[in-house]
Amino acid sequence: MNIAELPDIQPYSLRKADKEKLLNTTLTSLSRHHYAYCAPYRKMMDGIGFDPKKDYHYVDLMFLPVQLFGMIELCSAPKEEIVRTLTSSGTSGQARSLIFLDKETAANQTKVLTKIMSSFIGTKRAPMIIIDSESVIKNRNLLSANVAAISGFSLFGSTRMFALNEKMELNTELLKSFIEQHESERILIFGFTFKVYRHFYKELIKAGIKPDLSNAVLIHGGGWKKLENESVSAKEFNKKLNDVCGIRRVYNYYGMVEQTGSIYMECEYGHFHTSVFSDIIIRRAHDFSPADVGEEGIIQVLSILPKSYPGHSLLTEDKGILLGEDDCSCGRLGKYFKVTGRLEHAEIRGCSDTYDGKIN
Amino acid sequence: MTNIEKYKQVFITLFGVKEKELQKLTYQGVDAWDSVGHMGLITELEETFNIMIETDDIIDFNSFLKGYEILSKYVTF
Repeated sequence: MNIAELPDIQPYSLRKADKEKLLNTTLTSLSRHHYAYCAPYRKMMDGIGFDPKKDYHYVDLMFLPVQLFGMIELCSAPKEEIVRTLTSSGTSGQARSLIFLDKETAANQTKVLTKIMSSFIGTKRAPMIIIDSESVIKNRNLLSANVAAISGFSLFGSTRMFALNEKMELNTELLKSFIEQHESERILIFGFTFKVYRHFYKELIKAGIKPDLSNAVLIHGGGWKKLENESVSAKEFNKKLNDVCGIRRVYNYYGMVEQTGSIYMECEYGHFHTSVFSDIIIRRAHDFSPADVGEEGIIQVLSILPKSYPGHSLLTEDKGILLGEDDCSCGRLGKYFKVTGRLEHAEIRGCSDTYDGKIN
Repeated sequence: MTNIEKYKQVFITLFGVKEKELQKLTYQGVDAWDSVGHMGLITELEETFNIMIETDDIIDFNSFLKGYEILSKYVTF
């Protein structure tokens, strides 16, 4: 799949029937591609009787459990063409996913992330506050999901300011002067959900500072990770931030390192949206059949981007509910859904989980 | 320094490459020019030429030569 072939397609512009056609073609051809170039994938596909000559509906394509990327190496490109290996959690006792990217897949991830983000915040770059420490991206040996996300979203920053020091403490002086300096501009803020909450919101409360960020846009994602016991609802999260710094525009996203780029953005009505580059299917736990609208199940994620590794169809460890398709009040086409939690006994992991902070 | 010299110098300083390697230099072609290095490159070019590069151009900027073509929209070489 060459994303350049879809230059003008808008991320939320296809109705069910058209999107199904696109996904049937692209996802089946990705399954064939990985079948041809990834030996362990071929073995698994043979095991379930995949026929590379058959045209499949994407709902019937095999999905891999996402944990598999932490157990075996799955790569569909020659090793010498791999320019980057992304990792998820590197913390002890948890399996660390390895995601192999060649130039094409890496470039497509960035392009799609930009298309999706632009449709929410426009293409104009703006001063950006990153709720993280610059030391995170300086450690190039650690090509974590964390770094990939920060560098991807940073494209929208005209100037960038890292708000945390190496000890993950909020640099309030730097923050104040940055906000003053860009007083008349729209500021973008990016951070992982639990870091925004713990190292930005809580620190502001502690320091008794209320910066004026009423004109700012916050983009956050990655969930709560090890701070699950501190987690608050999306509504409460937005309200608390609004109370402390006046911010009104807050966008959460759902995504994972195994499908970097094709993220699911939350709309103004609090629903996660699939774009034309991705889809979700909610599966029933007892037989993996697709669940109905409104019925809770396990989230399967599909993305047309993964070409250098077989990650185009994955069963996550998250539970969710499909809310509808093509009829969200925000006007965006495609499926929209909510995430309701983690499967029991699932390892705590995900997109920004390389942080090894202790819970106080 | 002419603008083209300034353009070359940014790559040489940032990525530690030699001038004769520039013509064939591509994104991900050397370790230093990864996605994080790319952010640094864009910032450096913007400061050097006092410009603001569009997001689409940042994404298309995948080689020394392509970058030259893109920057020609913003800078007179």
